[in-house]
Amino acid sequence: MERNFIIWRGNSKKGEFKNYTVKLEPGMVVLDAIHRIQVEHANDLAVRWNCKAGKCGSCGVEINGRPKLACMTRMNEFTPDEVITVQPLKTFPVIKDLVTDVSWNYEQNKMIPPFKPREKKNGKDHVMYRRDVERIQEFRKCIECYLCQDVCHVLRDQDKKEKFVGPRFMIRLASLEMHPLDREDRIPKIKNEFGSGMCNITRCCTDVCPEHIQITDNGIIPLKERVVDRFYDPVMWVFNKLFGGRS
Amino acid sequence: MDYSDIQTIEHDVLVVGAGGAGIRAAIECAEKGLSTGIISKSLLGKAHTVMAEGGIAASLGNVDSRDSWKVHFRDTMRGGKFLNQWRMAELHAKQAPDRVRELEEWGAVFDRTDKGLINQRNFGGHRYPRLAHVGDRTGLEIIRTLQDFCVHQGISTHMECTGLDLVLDGDKVSGLVGYWRETGRFVLFKTKAIILATGGGGKAWKVTSNSWEYTGDGLGMAYRAGAELIDMEFTQFHPTGMVWPPSVKGILVTEGVRGDGGILLNSEGERFMFNYIPKKFASETADTEAEASRWLDGDREARRPPELLTRDVVARAIKKEVEAGRGSPNGGAFLDIASRRPAEFIKKKLPSMYHQFKELAEIDITEKPMEVGPTLHYFMGGIRVNSDSQQTNVPGLFACGECAGGMHGANRLGGNSLSDLLVFGKLAGDGAANYINSLTGQLNCSNEEVSKIIKEATDILNREEGKNPYLVHEELQNILQSYVSIVRTGEELALGLDELQKLKADIAEVFAHASAQYNPGWNEALDLKNLIVTAEAVTRAALIREESRGAHTRLDFEGEHDDGLKYNIVIKKTESGMSAEKVRREDPPVELADIAYASLEELEGDNLGA
Ligand SMILES: Cc1cc2nc3c(=O)[nH]c(=O)nc-3n(C[C@H](O)[C@H](O)[C@H](O)COP(=O)(O)OP(=O)(O)OC[C@H]3O[C@@H](n4cnc5c(N)ncnc54)[C@H](O)[C@@H]3O)c2cc1C
Ligand code: SF4
Ligand code: SF4
Ligand code: FES
Repeated sequence: MERNFIIWRGNSKKGEFKNYTVKLEPGMVVLDAIHRIQVEHANDLAVRWNCKAGKCGSCGVEINGRPKLACMTRMNEFTPDEVITVQPLKTFPVIKDLVTDVSWNYEQNKMIPPFKPREKKNGKDHVMYRRDVERIQEFRKCIECYLCQDVCHVLRDQDKKEKFVGPRFMIRLASLEMHPLDREDRIPKIKNEFGSGMCNITRCCTDVCPEHIQITDNGIIPLKERVVDRFYDPVMWVFNKLFGGRS
Repeated sequence: MDYSDIQTIEHDVLVVGAGGAGIRAAIECAEKGLSTGIISKSLLGKAHTVMAEGGIAASLGNVDSRDSWKVHFRDTMRGGKFLNQWRMAELHAKQAPDRVRELEEWGAVFDRTDKGLINQRNFGGHRYPRLAHVGDRTGLEIIRTLQDFCVHQGISTHMECTGLDLVLDGDKVSGLVGYWRETGRFVLFKTKAIILATGGGGKAWKVTSNSWEYTGDGLGMAYRAGAELIDMEFTQFHPTGMVWPPSVKGILVTEGVRGDGGILLNSEGERFMFNYIPKKFASETADTEAEASRWLDGDREARRPPELLTRDVVARAIKKEVEAGRGSPNGGAFLDIASRRPAEFIKKKLPSMYHQFKELAEIDITEKPMEVGPTLHYFMGGIRVNSDSQQTNVPGLFACGECAGGMHGANRLGGNSLSDLLVFGKLAGDGAANYINSLTGQLNCSNEEVSKIIKEATDILNREEGKNPYLVHEELQNILQSYVSIVRTGEELALGLDELQKLKADIAEVFAHASAQYNPGWNEALDLKNLIVTAEAVTRAALIREESRGAHTRLDFEGEHDDGLKYNIVIKKTESGMSAEKVRREDPPVELADIAYASLEELEGDNLGA
């Protein structure tokens, strides 16, 4: 069976949608089709990928308008006569074809104050219990595909990249703030520099996350609460600091 | 041409590759006060290391306190069929625990035991539960931890920058020419030392768990610069790759499935691994299903199930079952965990396998068995290095991680790669720092050498017409898949070598459309010259090892020969082309030999001096 694809081709200056047809094999994903097009029609078609199994987060693109991993989008998700349109992530500047410049994300990561562990209790091993780590293990599943960054309207439509680090880095912050061994305090920065207030809890990021991380409910909202506790209820904060309540 | 037109970046050390090995090496260099740069073909955090699933081996002894570096060392040597570099296996076993603890200090969050320590799981060939892990996404945890730590160490990271070739000043390394994928422009790195950490070359085969990056670039660059390659005949076929659907053929199914209780069945429903237990391992392997089940339930007296024999043994067994007509519908074996463990357990311990099969094959592994078959997975062989400093025979050139050879001998145990990356990444950083301290005089990069590298790369774009690089690559994969596969014969290897020689003409004529800017066709064409070195090296080495050992199986030379332990095969570049030679192995230090050949009782009683 053959399928029609419409793929955006171009660079930062100009571009257009082009049509391609691909012969399907059983079990194909969109990335396979793009690779077929590369071999047969367009050797220079630019696309990022590595693992082909949803583990590296390289292949994020917009497929029929939705941010997705090309390697995990099976062809049989579409109706037989549906034309499949593939274009680069809109929130980031295009380099070429399906490849965008995501370096802004790396800059955000660098601004985040690093992990600062407490001393080891017995000098040799850190002790952390399962129940204490489960919460942050969810955030640490992030494969940095930036689909959530792509869909977040603060970055995508309002282009407020200088005001908000985006959902990906909110959960990175959450993973540090909730790390049982960490003793850095990032709450003031989360409010002032990283822009926790910009998020208005639309949950679009959570909807597209291929790792099914509950970005908003488990990551961003608890951070927002910590900010509120600190800045609007400082008495409670001092109390918590003194008596160890850090939920 | 004069390279004054070309962008030039200076560093004391340039690390080529940003997987676990490269980043760990860069961290060490920065720690030693060197100005350090790191380049990678992909974005930071996307290297192969991110895909590692099962875990990292280190004798922390958190789950079974009988474990120690000696037992780990013994397992590694036995797994490697005693062909490993003794000193490397020793350093690895001794230092792995510290490297794992250090990761935790840098923010990694491993799965925990009930006592709140790092949990460890069973894996093939490891006597005790030894693999620290995070579900089945251990590599992600490790690379992210290293990446987040490294960005605060003052290291310059140059992403999507591919190294083409090394530049020498006399016999010493003095730089590297590469290009930026984004623009296609060239860049010269002027350095005092270079650490290669480019990973393996699995993309020379059709069915592989490796990504587009694994084209043996480090092997090719080192070889052309005069460095030696060692043990190239040992290519690991992982027994469990996906076999269906066709588009995902080769993608890995972690050994953790078997470590956590999964069993292999043939089309007759028989648990066939009981029929393939090698003599050497018979005393340590369960011989009834009842005993294997007791082991799974935690009975310390029971022996390990045969599914956890080393990878070479399991991969060949699956192949034999398929050949005997007892394969699964798509030409593999069944891997069943559904009937062994509750659904919740499977989803918790193997979430990404659950996800992978559900989304890519529409199979729920908590209900149905998986279909699996061998896939090219890992290079035991690689660049030959000094066991302590990781320096090659080219002064100033170092190598670590999968692209270096020697540590794993004839077969690598699962989990021993991630630990290898960290142990030898650090040592390579130390080695480079020591070398730089002792260096006197200025190093230069000659115009002539730099221009030659650039011209060769631009020729591909300047041709009017030529061969399609993707099709040439497919051809190379077909050759290795048919002639240099999981079982080999002299005749097939010789044929394969012939075919590869012929393919060189096509490689010389590849051509890429359009401009150099982010052009995968051009990138692919450039990788071919490393793939062909890699492919030829494996084939030549395989042809002259006339025995079967570990991952190298010769139908025309069955079984291990005593003589086979006396040498390693070393590949190097000569005037007349590639040479493959047997190089005599030195006798191991007595203390190490005693440990490697000791019985477990002796080791656990710890009545050995070393
Ligand atoms: C699916 C899968 C699962 C695995 N699971 C496990 C496991 O559970 N336990 C275990 O111990 N091992 C496992 N392994 C093996 C292990 O992951 C790899 O051997 C290891 O990650 C290799 O690390 P590395 O640092 O040597 O190279 P990589 O992580 O592959 O990094 C190579 C780097 O070199 C760069 N590079 C390559 N060529 C060039 C060039 N020309 N110029 C610039 N940069 C270049 C690449 O861009 C990349 O950054 C697994 C492997 C796979 C594929
Ligand atoms: S929930 Fe917040 S971070 Fe997520 S998409 Fe909406 S605004 Fe953006
Ligand atoms: S949080 Fe999810 S969507 Fe966002 S980058 Fe990570 S994996 Fe991708
Ligand atoms: S290629 Fe790795 S996530 Fe798609």
